Amino acid sequence: MPAVKIVELTKVFRSGFAFVPTNRDSLHFAHRLRLTGIRRIRTVALDSLSLEVEEGEIFGYLGPNGAGKTTTFKLLVGLLRPTSGEAWLLGNNIRDISSQKEIGFLPEQPYFYDYLTAREFLDFYCQLYNLSKQARKRRVSELLELVGLQDAASVQLRKFSRGMLQRIGVAQALINEPKLVFFDEPMSGLDPIGRKQMRDVILRLKADGKTVIYSSHILSDVEEICDRAAILSQGKLHGVGQLNELLGVRKQLVEMSIEGLDETSKAKIKELASESIERGNRIILNISDEVALKEAQDIVIQQGAKLLSLIPRTESLDELFARKVE
Amino acid sequence: MKIKAIALNTFKEAIRDKIFYNLLIFALLVIVASVLIGDLSIGQNEKFIKDIGLAAISFFGVLTAILVGVSLVYKEIDRRTVYTIISKPVHRYEFLLSKYFGLCLTLLVNVAVMSFFLFVVICWKGYSLSLSLPKAVLLIFCELILLTSIALLFSTFSSPTLSAIFTLAIYIIGHLTSDLKEIVQDTQGKFSHYLINLCYYILPNFSNFNIRTEAVHGINISATYILNVVLYAVLYTAVVLFISILSFQKREFN
Repeated sequence: MPAVKIVELTKVFRSGFAFVPTNRDSLHFAHRLRLTGIRRIRTVALDSLSLEVEEGEIFGYLGPNGAGKTTTFKLLVGLLRPTSGEAWLLGNNIRDISSQKEIGFLPEQPYFYDYLTAREFLDFYCQLYNLSKQARKRRVSELLELVGLQDAASVQLRKFSRGMLQRIGVAQALINEPKLVFFDEPMSGLDPIGRKQMRDVILRLKADGKTVIYSSHILSDVEEICDRAAILSQGKLHGVGQLNELLGVRKQLVEMSIEGLDETSKAKIKELASESIERGNRIILNISDEVALKEAQDIVIQQGAKLLSLIPRTESLDELFARKVE
Repeated sequence: MKIKAIALNTFKEAIRDKIFYNLLIFALLVIVASVLIGDLSIGQNEKFIKDIGLAAISFFGVLTAILVGVSLVYKEIDRRTVYTIISKPVHRYEFLLSKYFGLCLTLLVNVAVMSFFLFVVICWKGYSLSLSLPKAVLLIFCELILLTSIALLFSTFSSPTLSAIFTLAIYIIGHLTSDLKEIVQDTQGKFSHYLINLCYYILPNFSNFNIRTEAVHGINISATYILNVVLYAVLYTAVVLFISILSFQKREFN
């Protein structure tokens, strides 16, 4: 049985009314309007998503901002109702509240009751699972230790830093020892140490046999620890699988830095490059194919210009991602 | 258990909210002031204290019910604290009812503290503490329970400002309909007759809860009347809560 099974899940938001001329077909995808006269604005946030996540996986959910990642999570945990389609968590349909018993959820940039102390806060959430007083006490201590907040147990949450809030949020999501957890952008807003701690928590959860699904728009966060990933863009699934397969071969680039070119040759050489930056009389180019590189070198030699550096490098994940999504 | 936890948390929030303390202190101040004014009016001290005391309890109760009531659900959604609760195995009706009970508990404590203070002042001044006073306080509390449910209903689909305006409007109209009904009885206009009657039968009749004048003058109010009004409040509240739950079930958190 897959931990998560999603079949053609669609979410359309209807918000407000708009008057739009007849033959205006589409703007951005997320605001695709098919309007004649006054109609309700329809925003397709998630477009018939089908996906399966196996038990025990760390699954990365990737996509730029506004791709529909948070919408997917909200649909799965019951904060939004699907417009159409079905989904099952650990075999339970998401329309049934029992599907929420064995899952944990950390929302994006979570806010909590900031007048509570860390201990009170976790105790409150334990009560939502009907734990006895002793069980609650034990569980709260365990969780505080797991996320490394023992020393802040009696500090009010309003005095917590961003990273501490994220960690107490993780603790809150793990109260019921869930088999399946959803973390929405768990790394965002964290410093490098915070990111490392979050990665460690996720890896520990996997070691405990849990399924972890988390979203990010930063590839390196996903690349390091994910077993598989899905790429989402503009509400549609672009692919599921191992990250290398998904992204295909990365382009090899050469970064060239030249000084002392005249204006005509500058213009000529820029056409050969995929990207170029000018700084004073220095020009930095990214060139991605060999023929172009040869031509660029010829221009430099003909002009008697100075070649400052020639560095081969691989396209960064983010560049590749941006290219794929486009 | 879940309902208790969320309700107590709501109560805790209200307690740690400074507005709540301000209201309480302010109410206490007004009661003290009523003693001073009472000293200035010859022979009317007792009525003054009782009248101003009961009015202050009602006024601050209504203020708390509306101000806290309208932001009860809105604040949870706005601060996204609701995300972590609704994603747990908590039914939406459980969440909504807990928030409601939490505020009712807050109001209960609020009203109880103010009444206790008023009764102490009355006894201290050596005036008679007739049974009609606690009866008046009981009906003020019933009124607050009903008013809170209306504030909650609006807060499930509207912004706090709008909800406050709606709730206040219903509160004021609810106090006037029985008077208006008597006035239109003698007029010819069919439409106004119809409209006033509609308001009278649909909106809660808040003037039922006001027995302050009787209490101040020591006139006894029958237990049957009190019982009827309490039942009225409970039934009306139940209906309003039911509609709130229906509205909240449909609510999406985006």
